Amino acid sequence: MNKQMFPFTASETAVSAPSRRALLKGAGLIIAFSFAPTGARVLAAAPAAKKNLEANAFVRVAPDNTVTVIVKHLEMGQGVNTGLPTIVAEEMDADWSQMRAESAPANVELYKNTAFGMQGTGGSTAIANSYEQLRKAGATARAMLVNAAAKEWKVPAGEITVKQGVVSHAASKHSATFGELADKAAAQMPPADVKLKDPKDFTLIGTVQPRLDNVDKTNGKAIFTLDIVRPGMVYASIAHPPRFGATVKSFDASVAMKLKGVISVVPISSGVAVVADSFWTAKKARDAVQITWDESKAEKRGTPELMAAYKALGKTPGQSAHKAGDATKIMATAAKTVATEFEFPFLAHAPMEPLDAVVEVRDGACEVWAGSQFQTVDQGNVAKVLGLKPEQVLIHTQLAGGSFGRRANFASDFIVEATEIAKTLPAGTPVKLIWTREDDIKGGKYRPMYVHNMKAGLDDKGNLVAWTHRIVGQSIFKGTPFQGPPGSIDPLSVEGAANLPYAVPNIDVELHATDDVGVPILWWRSVGSTHTAYATEVFTDMVAKAAGKDPLAFRQAMLGGHARHKAVLDLVAEKAGWGTALPANTARGIAVAEAFSSVVAQVAEVSRDAKGNIKVNRVVCAVDCGMIINPDVVRAQMEGGIGYGLGAIMKGAITLKDGRVEQSNFDGYDVLRIDEMPKIEVHFLPSTGAPTGVGEPGVPPIGPAVANAIFALTGKPVTVLPISKAIPTV
Amino acid sequence: MPISFELNGQTVAFDVDPDMPLLWAIREKAGLTGTKFGCGIAQCGACTVHIDGAPARSCSIPISAVAGAKVLTIEGLSSKTALAVQASWQKLNVVQCGYCQSGQIMSAVALLNDTPKPTDDDIDTAMSGNICRCATYNRIREAIHDAATSI
Repeated sequence: MNKQMFPFTASETAVSAPSRRALLKGAGLIIAFSFAPTGARVLAAAPAAKKNLEANAFVRVAPDNTVTVIVKHLEMGQGVNTGLPTIVAEEMDADWSQMRAESAPANVELYKNTAFGMQGTGGSTAIANSYEQLRKAGATARAMLVNAAAKEWKVPAGEITVKQGVVSHAASKHSATFGELADKAAAQMPPADVKLKDPKDFTLIGTVQPRLDNVDKTNGKAIFTLDIVRPGMVYASIAHPPRFGATVKSFDASVAMKLKGVISVVPISSGVAVVADSFWTAKKARDAVQITWDESKAEKRGTPELMAAYKALGKTPGQSAHKAGDATKIMATAAKTVATEFEFPFLAHAPMEPLDAVVEVRDGACEVWAGSQFQTVDQGNVAKVLGLKPEQVLIHTQLAGGSFGRRANFASDFIVEATEIAKTLPAGTPVKLIWTREDDIKGGKYRPMYVHNMKAGLDDKGNLVAWTHRIVGQSIFKGTPFQGPPGSIDPLSVEGAANLPYAVPNIDVELHATDDVGVPILWWRSVGSTHTAYATEVFTDMVAKAAGKDPLAFRQAMLGGHARHKAVLDLVAEKAGWGTALPANTARGIAVAEAFSSVVAQVAEVSRDAKGNIKVNRVVCAVDCGMIINPDVVRAQMEGGIGYGLGAIMKGAITLKDGRVEQSNFDGYDVLRIDEMPKIEVHFLPSTGAPTGVGEPGVPPIGPAVANAIFALTGKPVTVLPISKAIPTV
Repeated sequence: MPISFELNGQTVAFDVDPDMPLLWAIREKAGLTGTKFGCGIAQCGACTVHIDGAPARSCSIPISAVAGAKVLTIEGLSSKTALAVQASWQKLNVVQCGYCQSGQIMSAVALLNDTPKPTDDDIDTAMSGNICRCATYNRIREAIHDAATSI
């Protein structure tokens, strides 16, 4: 997602759930609400104990000396449950071992993403939009602890020091832990203004600290949505239509209902749901329901038909996304021209945890347990299904077993499905909906399919003087609250292309939005850059070759206005030994891309064996993501982004035949495995700039870097993806 | 007729559909949720457990097939090798989303039980059935080598 494109404001999405302080904290008591299976709201009151310091919506210090950071973002592997507590711990001068992370409830007022105006995670914005907010939150908590100590010890607050979670006054030899001071600090007013640290004094930010979820994710104790158990819970599986856009005409559940353990078979907006006393039974019964589908409005075209239509469109002028100079005129008189066409398939996200949600509905209230990525949207959509107010929907955001964009969608598809099912059950019956892997792979919301048409003109000195780039594909923002005014260009379709970093005097970038295609699509880790970085960077190598120039030197000469691009290219070239000798049948490819305000360059080393099989052996990565909170988490995101992108580029494709998806599971939708993972080295550009994205920017350069290495090795550009379609891989 | 087997050292018996995959009995009947569902067709390894000491994909083994067998899940790990694997995983910050890691660790422990000093090829063979969409593969490899040196 492009963070600039989220025009929601708090008032437009106004929902005001009771603050979590009000929910969790009463007068001297810790109060927990829970829903008992009988329907009674149980008020469990612990005896009056020492109070927590709830310094603000983000920081809680408990008498047991733990500091819990309330994390407003979804932890889906990218490390927010480590990165955001690091920012708080830094300003508090806490000890890393006392830090904990907890998911925030849905509450747009307290927990909106300041880049979006609604609560949600995406666009690699978690650190960037939380950095100043959490520094202040941490500094406020620290000040309250210090002021409590000053009052208790009757010493000036200015003489108090804090180190690793211990508050001390040297002259009077007083010292106390955060936990010991929490109860007294709770009585302190939060200071109106706090002084933040000078970054040169940081002791945690910029250092490698262990992930806070390391232990629970290695002993089976980490709880995901799939693991939620509620009293009286039932399980659901849904039969979705075989073609996108089809609806249920009629169904026969007589065989399914005979299976022991089946509770009900109900039509919902997206298909037919089966509810049973176990997931296995629900799935077995789901497969036994006989359904007649109304396919009159379904998309019946397959990939070949769509590709042919896209290619035809690509030969006609599109809507202008960017124009400078007169590319048509200059192209006509260029000394040399290069042209090509790229084909990109649909891609599924395929997170390891299939889509799932637990929903419990009773009079005037609903609780949801899910890996909710757009909490504000999900809360609103659930409320709409039930006729409730958004604030009557309590969302317990769970750890997500990956997402890559899939859980962030404006329809809240799987959460709405679970809600529709829960609505058919007796009040207070929790239902756990689990999609099978087949439901996921066949379920749509793919990275869109695209065709790119490109042409470049060189002058007689080999300078790039004209560039035309035409993109054909579906708009991701269409039909969402972020859709632009009629006639406008979806920025997600052209990001990375309309802002080509290379200085080309005459350029035309155009778009054909294929809005008639009935295949549901969605953003996929790094969004527009998944295809634009590939097309622009592979084509740049083709043009460099036509100009008789080295790919690195050709790029550097055109990056006058882009110092960060130049710097990461220099760094990656140096670390990869660009230009040095390689073994026979091995070549390097280079690529650079900006995404989510970070700039990443990669060099891939690719070899070819005697049979012509391609293998990616090594990837060197250089990243400028501004100030780094935890270098090891950034390194992990680059490694993960490279692996995720590499699997897709090498062999990922969702294809349709007569409107039916041809893949169904990991046997047909092949993803990267351990034996295909290259060695990866990650290098950082030193930066004191504000932190920028890391979750997605590792993805865009890997495809073109690998393709450019193959081009260097074989002399043939890879213009049809996935690579395995034309070239065998090992 | 309840189907009985040994789960993490305890005898258990479940009166369920004999076709029910072991995975769902472990998760929903025994309440051990560390073992995950990823694909249902033994393609991803998220559901890996040990049956009589060998790694197995519990999503594709009917509960009837493990009658009388010894089943070990992530929750039952206690051997020196297993603890070394978990410690190396933590030391090297292997996890990201973490969903596949129970299965990865069960496969890694089985590998090291059989091959205390595995080569990279041994690791490829033993671990290529376990998908990680976060692509933590290089750290998994490093952690296995690290655990091998500490056992």
